[in-house]
This record gives sequence, C-alpha cells and structure tokens, in this order.
Amino acid sequence: MTAKSTMRGGLWFLLAVLLLYGIAFLLDPTSTNLALDRSAELFSRLLPVLGFVISVLFIANLLLQPSWVRENLGERSGPRGWVLAVAGGILSAGPVYPWYAMLGDLRSKGMRTALMSVFLYNRAIKLPLLPLLIHYFGPAYALILFVYLILFSLPAGLLLERLIDGRPAPHRGNKPPPARSGD
Amino acid sequence: MPEPNRFDLRGRLVASARQTLSMAVSQLPILIGVALLTGLLLELLPAERMAEWFGRSDVLDAFVGALAGSVASGHPLTSYLLGGELLDRGVSLIAVTAFLISWVTVGSIQLPAEMLMLGRRFALYRNSICFVLAILIAVLTPTTLQVLHLAP
Repeated sequence: MTAKSTMRGGLWFLLAVLLLYGIAFLLDPTSTNLALDRSAELFSRLLPVLGFVISVLFIANLLLQPSWVRENLGERSGPRGWVLAVAGGILSAGPVYPWYAMLGDLRSKGMRTALMSVFLYNRAIKLPLLPLLIHYFGPAYALILFVYLILFSLPAGLLLERLIDGRPAPHRGNKPPPARSGD
Repeated sequence: MPEPNRFDLRGRLVASARQTLSMAVSQLPILIGVALLTGLLLELLPAERMAEWFGRSDVLDAFVGALAGSVASGHPLTSYLLGGELLDRGVSLIAVTAFLISWVTVGSIQLPAEMLMLGRRFALYRNSICFVLAILIAVLTPTTLQVLHLAP
C-alpha cells in the first residue's frame, strides 16, 4: 500500500470518527467532551512512542537494505527470522499502531507474513509489567502463560501466512521440493 | 525497488528522511482517528463495568472474557488490575486469562488502522486467529497449572 493510498484511507477513517463524535455530541455532550479529553491525553501519551518509532523507521530505512531484510526476515531466514520476530515483539514498547508502519515498511522490503504475525503476537508479553502479573497471578502462571504465548505465536503465524499468501511454508535446503503426485 | 548506493551517505540520509517523513505524515490521520475512537469507547464502555458480564459457566466466561478483552482498550496495566479484581470477585482463571490475552492480542479498535496499514485480509484473519488462540491458551494455562500441581 502506497503512502498516498494510506493517507486517503486514513482521512476517510478520521472523517468517519469525527462524524461519530458529532452524533455522540448531539446525544450526550458531557460524555463526548470527556471522551475528547481522554483522546487528547491518549494522543499525548502516544507522541513519545511515535517519535521512537519514527526514529527506528529512519534508521531502518537508512541501514536495512531489502537484501538484509530478505535474508534475516524473509522466506529463507529460518530459525533466525523466528527468533528476531519473537524478540522484537517482546521488546517493542508502547501502543501497537505506530508499529504497523514499521511492519508495513519491512514487508515492502521482503519480510515474511508469518514473522509479522509473530512480532505482533509476542507484543502480548510485557516484560516491564511482569512483576505486576506475578503479584496478581503468581510466578508459575506468568511463566506458563509466556511459554504458551511464544509457542502458539509460531503456528498462528504460519496459519496466517497460508491464509494470506496461499502457500505452505517454504521448502528449505538445497534439494528441490519433492514432486507431489499428479505434478 | 533498487537498492541505493552504499557509499553515498548524503543521498541515503536524504532518501531515508524523505521516505520516513512521507510514511509518518500519511499515517497521522489514522493515529488521530484511533486515539479519538479509543477515547470515545473508553467513555461509553468503562472497563470497570465488565465484571457484571461474567459468572455463568467456565466455557461461556472464557468466550465472554475473550470478547471483553477484544473490545476493551487501554494500557495492558489496566487489564492486569482488572483481571486481578475479577479473580477476587470469583470469576474463573480461564475467563480472566482469556480476557488478559485478548486485551493485548486482539484489537477491534485498532482494526481500521491495521487494515489500512497492513491490509484488510491480514488484519481480519490475524485478529480472528488471535481471538480463538486467546480461548485456547486460556483453557491450557490453568489446566497446566493444575496438572503440575502449581495452581494458586
């Protein structure tokens, strides 16, 4: 998707939300004003993350050549790609939407669909909030939950890739893939 | 897309800055829209009210938990606090786990932004898979705790 079409779609989306606000204001002006205050507060909290993501994007655009992305996060990246996607998802901070931009950029450079999904799924693991999770639910619960989240992110990524790209996981190795009966 | 010359640093800086700026500007309306929508939904659907939705059966609670987490929005910290509260009020660990997982993996409010930036099919399939997985992991986590005799 080009920046121009993203911009056009975004403006339509913003217009629809503003229309929703208009309707809400007619029905309940007090709550709508409170919602505006909340939104402003949310947006101000978003700005530092946005700044961080823009910096990451700038560095990625500067340093990451498509050939590097294809090699490390592309079809034939192998275990290294999965590990990078899991670690990236766990370490990425802040609201998710600024990260969509980075993933869209990496995809245009050759990142696998499955690894995009793995990155997004592993954002569920919030290391800074681990003490709180342990406080409420115990260390065993936190550990088992995190293990399941990481493990299930892999088949979820493969399934999504199959649904989106319509093909099985790439064949690895030097030999050509075995011929299917009827080929 | 042709790769820029590795040794032309100035050219690469300008190209990267231009590409990043264009991307950031094109996504600004989406970010403002999502922030506005989140504010409106948080005001209309306060998360504290969700406690009233639970308390039927484990399976139904898991589904409701995943559903509530999917439509809820806000910092994950809120989901932990709320999850702890729900647990204290007798809601099952399965339901609370489904709630916690879907809060961070399924994003109904972010869906328009995800569709615009990563594609409609990607966003719809990904969120659907995450919803189902939230219920599955919610069942598996407390079950594993019980099997390993680690249940609180």
